[in-house]
Amino acid sequence: MATVDGRRAPAEDARPVQPRTSGHISTEPPTRKHRRGIGWRMRRNWDAYLYLAPGLLLFSVFTVFALGFAFYLTFHEWNIIEPDRPFIGLENYRDMLEDERFRRSVYNTMYFTGASVPLTMLIGLGVALLLNQPLRGRGILRTLYFLPVVTPFVVVAIVWKWLYNGDFGLFNYYLLKTHLIDEPLLWLADKNLAMPAVILMSVWGGVGFSMVVYLAGLQSIPEELYDAAKVDGAGAFARLRYVTIPMLRPTTLFLLVMGIIGSFQVFTQIFVMTSGGPVDRTTTMVFYIYEAAFKFYEMGYASTLAYVLFAMLFVFTLIQLRLYRRTNT
Amino acid sequence: MNGALVRVGWRHAGRRHKLGMVLAYVVLVPGALLFVAPFAWMLSASFQPLGDIFSWPPQWIPKDPTVDGYKTFLGLGETTGAGTEAENPWRWFVNSAFVASSVTALQLFFNSLAAYVFAKRQFPGRDLIFLGFLATMMVPGQVTLIPNYIVLKHIPLFGGNDIFGQGGHGWLDSYYGLILPGAVSAFGIFLLRQYMMSIPDELLDAARIDGASEFRIYSRIVLPLTGPALAATAIFTFTYTWEDFFWPLIIISSPDHYTAPLGLALYVVKNRTAWDVLLPGSVIATLPMIIVFLIFQRRFIQGISLSGLKG
Repeated sequence: MATVDGRRAPAEDARPVQPRTSGHISTEPPTRKHRRGIGWRMRRNWDAYLYLAPGLLLFSVFTVFALGFAFYLTFHEWNIIEPDRPFIGLENYRDMLEDERFRRSVYNTMYFTGASVPLTMLIGLGVALLLNQPLRGRGILRTLYFLPVVTPFVVVAIVWKWLYNGDFGLFNYYLLKTHLIDEPLLWLADKNLAMPAVILMSVWGGVGFSMVVYLAGLQSIPEELYDAAKVDGAGAFARLRYVTIPMLRPTTLFLLVMGIIGSFQVFTQIFVMTSGGPVDRTTTMVFYIYEAAFKFYEMGYASTLAYVLFAMLFVFTLIQLRLYRRTNT
Repeated sequence: MNGALVRVGWRHAGRRHKLGMVLAYVVLVPGALLFVAPFAWMLSASFQPLGDIFSWPPQWIPKDPTVDGYKTFLGLGETTGAGTEAENPWRWFVNSAFVASSVTALQLFFNSLAAYVFAKRQFPGRDLIFLGFLATMMVPGQVTLIPNYIVLKHIPLFGGNDIFGQGGHGWLDSYYGLILPGAVSAFGIFLLRQYMMSIPDELLDAARIDGASEFRIYSRIVLPLTGPALAATAIFTFTYTWEDFFWPLIIISSPDHYTAPLGLALYVVKNRTAWDVLLPGSVIATLPMIIVFLIFQRRFIQGISLSGLKG
């Protein structure tokens, strides 16, 4: 939908070959206009800058300046209580490499992402495939699967914390009743179960989103492809394997990028359900950043951690974009 | 013979089609029940007294339904008045509604102005500034969180600060701090710009020849034609701000400025066992979102495909 009219976006093409309207109808012939100076063009379009001003001002302060300031902080010991904030060079980075909790938090974040993103996407795809038929009650089913997405995350975390309750939770009740377990599990207090429990909850909360995106992707696959495959004798499974899944590739990549970015930043569930415990088994990177900055007031060290998170996301996204380019050519 | 073959094939396809549908129901309906179960339980338990919530086996249908939990939750401000910090859930929801609407309104205005200029005007520096916006879309919020906290703390002349931004708490613990950092969004600008690109230039030129001012063109021609994209971004912004937790958690300290998610979460942390009060609170915090979703369902899903299909 980006360039529906077939024109290329100006951002991709800094100097359009054929200048179109420049905001005002120019009375001069187009060749003369190009010879005008930059100042003239700026003055002539002064109102464009005016429209941009509010957004640009907020953006400069809260994003551009903040990025620079955070980078500055990574080289300083900056405790919000201490008035003395010395430059310490790469000390923060060196501390980080030796920090056991940091390593733990990276591992936990990877664990969370590696499990929750593929699961959410797979289940979302399955539901979307099944829903992409002329079913009765299709709209209702879609709404039900999507409900967790619109529920505030804090609420989801509160309710699931109860479901996982060791003494009265529904999980234990039904697992005991069906004799799948012999004694109640402690879920969030168990060091091996806490992270899987948080993951299960997050998958529940995210399936609806990937389902809707996959449904949109499925509907954009032209029917003729399926007809052609049928003529060639492809069965339902072959059509899924050789038509549907390849055609959904852009959708899958989009969900993968968004999913990784989102789950690298997992925080709310952790704060409400486990507070990073037991023994740091659910301390994710963002939770650790939060603790460093607002529990220990180490703004410099926390900024260092945040920049590392940024760098990791940047690398992941670049790899994925490269994959995307390759599949597109 | 030919006809028979066709008919057999046809019937066969029909049967397989039906098989797929049956399979769909067999998988989807129980799945949907599992997805709804936590909501159903939350709703049911919110009408139960504390003793029944802890009952074993769990009650799916309240034995003696009560709205005491709701009353206690909404009356927290009156009961805990004695010297302790006042909890006032009404206030949380009013705050959430105010903050989410303000952010949405400001974003719609600022984003669409910027998007219009990026999509339909040519001026020196445009592409550079646009690229600047785009480049930061990938920056995770945690990087700017800490510097922004410090910046807000030192906003001059607010919250007891002097002209050099020293001495007070600035915009921390204030509505300004909750609203202004979110008042413009690179993603929103990008989405609206892409949409506005598809509006034909001829339309705008015709208006210019008729003597319409640039602001009039923006407000009377471009904005109405951008309706679906505006609606989609508005819904996203509103729900995102309503349920945002991290930012309020960091900058808000006085209960008077709590938003709903913050108030609820801190209540959980403080009163670990008051489930009879927490669950009604959770229901109340969820309802506005579900209502917004049910009313704008089509736009919601349109919006997701709008932003998703581009990849």
